[in-house]
Amino acid sequence: MINQYDILETIRMIQNDCLDIRTITMGISLLDCIDPDIEKACKKVYDKITCKAKDLVSVGVQIEKELGIPIINKRISVTPIAMISAACKCSPVPFAKAMDEAAKAVGVNLIGGYSALVQKGFSEGDLDLINSIPEALACTERVCSSVNIGSTKTGINLDACRIMGDIIKKTAEATKDKQCFGAAKLVVFCNAVDDNPFMAGAFHGVGEPDCMINVGVSGPGVVRAALKKYPDADITKIADVIKTISYKITRVGQLVGKMASERLGVEFGIVDLSLAPTPAVGDSVAHILEEIGLEQCGTHGTTACLALLNDAVKKGGVMACSRIGGLSGAFIPVSEDAGMIDAAVAGTLSIEKLEAMTAVCSVGLDMIVVPGDTEPDTIAAIIADEAAIGMVNTKTTAVRVIPAIGMKEGDELDWGGLFGKGPVMPLKTKSASKFINRGGQIPAPLHSLKN
Amino acid sequence: MRAIVTVIGKDAVGILAKVSTECANYNANVIEVTQSVIEELFAMIMLVDISKINIDFADMADRLAKKGEQEWGLKVLAMHEDIFNCMHHI
Repeated sequence: MINQYDILETIRMIQNDCLDIRTITMGISLLDCIDPDIEKACKKVYDKITCKAKDLVSVGVQIEKELGIPIINKRISVTPIAMISAACKCSPVPFAKAMDEAAKAVGVNLIGGYSALVQKGFSEGDLDLINSIPEALACTERVCSSVNIGSTKTGINLDACRIMGDIIKKTAEATKDKQCFGAAKLVVFCNAVDDNPFMAGAFHGVGEPDCMINVGVSGPGVVRAALKKYPDADITKIADVIKTISYKITRVGQLVGKMASERLGVEFGIVDLSLAPTPAVGDSVAHILEEIGLEQCGTHGTTACLALLNDAVKKGGVMACSRIGGLSGAFIPVSEDAGMIDAAVAGTLSIEKLEAMTAVCSVGLDMIVVPGDTEPDTIAAIIADEAAIGMVNTKTTAVRVIPAIGMKEGDELDWGGLFGKGPVMPLKTKSASKFINRGGQIPAPLHSLKN
Repeated sequence: MRAIVTVIGKDAVGILAKVSTECANYNANVIEVTQSVIEELFAMIMLVDISKINIDFADMADRLAKKGEQEWGLKVLAMHEDIFNCMHHI
């Protein structure tokens, strides 16, 4: 029989330390739904999603009960809609509505892929989609949108940064009666990945198979609980403890993904080796960093601790699953992490520190509430800064900031649930308009002569 | 196919009998049991063969948990052994 201490450890991880599978995401290709008639195309999109994902939620619930581990989200990602809608030559908002309806029909809480990839320039379809984002996110509930504006190989599309600064502001304004929630479902990427299972940035890349299952694991609470047992260990030991626990967490992700793919008859893609926090007590990445030895997340030393955490999570997880992918690493969304929220309210965690942290962690400036009167060009400049970190370091970075329309520093947006709440964080007030409005392409960086 | 049934709660007469009777109702065969009582807290781990059970395992886990909570005042967790094997064996 399995060792009883191992059994009790697993149970403790799930019952006390918030171990869960964060998401099973089904990626669905919509390339076979292209049609110049938008009504026909939307019907094909709805039909394909509801056909492929009809059992996704029930299979997820069944696995959850059999293994005794919560699977928090069942979600869907689709081919970037700009590629599907381009043939229609009109506003692609009906596609967002079709996605929303399909998501409701199969019972998933979010569907990603209202996206465009414009790292090197725009096609007409891309521009139509980008310009429709504020309306699409305001008139749907479950649709998530993302735009890739740069990559290490292509450089950064500065025109796209400028446009997205404007679109983020407009999206927040279009949903200001819902706590500007639209902007929380919109991500701007550099080096976006094709197989990301996490929202709001998930889309199903064009090189992917017709349909596949990707899994995102979680478990910040488990890592923190493991570290608690070693209050005086040196930092090498801390890295080892994180690796061990990350291995165990990821093994469960691999098992769940394998079971889901077998039962759904869909190919198993990747496990995203992630530490994804929630606002729940005991499920915070910031608290892991504090357990390592910081008085509060955001103080000096935070970047080093996060670098160690991120690296150890990957090293532990990489052996635990057959294929890794997605964003893989520790997420630092401010509003979705109790420790980050406290640190931001206390003023210990600033946007500048968050930017530095994004150079060594999973993604980027995530779920940050900024003043409502922030100029679109300032948001564009934040995007450009973040994209530059991703471009130069050959990693994915992203920006998901939420302008709190009508609010200023000291106020707060509160969405509840997994999205949490966030204080308005101050930004620099000097303008970057001239830089942003120059437009053009920041050339791809040199990858030799490194220093 | 095997599952691990873990029972945690205040010690009382007949816990093992109740849980194993319930398992028998589903035609689940108890293979091995370890139990300990630490300071009045009862902890039991059962290895159960579920290859011939007469209901869906997810339902069985649900019913055991509900019965534990509502009738016995115990926390009863039935989990497929795969989750323990994958986590603790390479």
